[in-house]
Amino acid sequence: MSTTTIAGHEIEVNEEGFLTDPDQWTPDMAEALATQIGITLTDEHRRIIDFLRKDFAETGETPTLRRVTKVGGFPTKELFKLFPKKPAKKMAYIAGLPKPHGCV
Amino acid sequence: MTATETAAPIVPDFGDDDTDRKICFICSKGSLDMAYPALIMANAALGEGIETHIFFTFWGMDMINKKTMEHLHFSILGNPATHMPQALGGFPGMTALATKMMKKQIADLDVPEVPEFLELIADAGGHLWACKMSVDMMKLDEADMADVVEDVITATEFIELSEGAQVIFI
Repeated sequence: MSTTTIAGHEIEVNEEGFLTDPDQWTPDMAEALATQIGITLTDEHRRIIDFLRKDFAETGETPTLRRVTKVGGFPTKELFKLFPKKPAKKMAYIAGLPKPHGCV
Repeated sequence: MTATETAAPIVPDFGDDDTDRKICFICSKGSLDMAYPALIMANAALGEGIETHIFFTFWGMDMINKKTMEHLHFSILGNPATHMPQALGGFPGMTALATKMMKKQIADLDVPEVPEFLELIADAGGHLWACKMSVDMMKLDEADMADVVEDVITATEFIELSEGAQVIFI
């Protein structure tokens, strides 16, 4: 575990760079995390990130892509468009959560 | 300034630049338990930004045939991994029971049924292909197949499109 500073936010991260403490995350940090991986947040991105945070708070686990689609109501195509290539990991990173562990 | 402020931020490497990895699955089986491996792995590959193709051939056509795709079966016959007496599998209704149980276990994990799973894969950018020889042999046409199937292609065309790919035969 190391400490890193992103746009003035000092955060604890694991060896891959994911936040290790979801409580260190703030909504305005999402902006900075997204920028680091080349994503400019829109309201649609933010609605999805909000869902991830809410679902994590309720279940204690980062939702998988399927859960974001099925429970959150965000279409799969949309997720791949907004968070290209690796939507599940990118959404989790921006939301300050661990990578999802489910297979589907 | 302290060391942490001057150091470059630690950010995950999502490997967006190495996009040349490609995976092709060949689905040749029509039983419920043999349908899922490719679907789950293809879905995982797409989630990792990997170009993914599935080629359905022979009994695998049952996975994309509208008449059968919702009714794939699982049998304990010929499957010693169920650890049940094989003779049991021959009793009437055993296959239906085993299928029902497996479908419930899959649903409990919130994994979709085959038709919905194929749509999920297509939405995630996966490419689904039907084998020409199987289509001809089984006298099918495009209307018989799930709408998410892109095209009917020959063995040669599959070999061409899988150039440089990791190919997994199931």
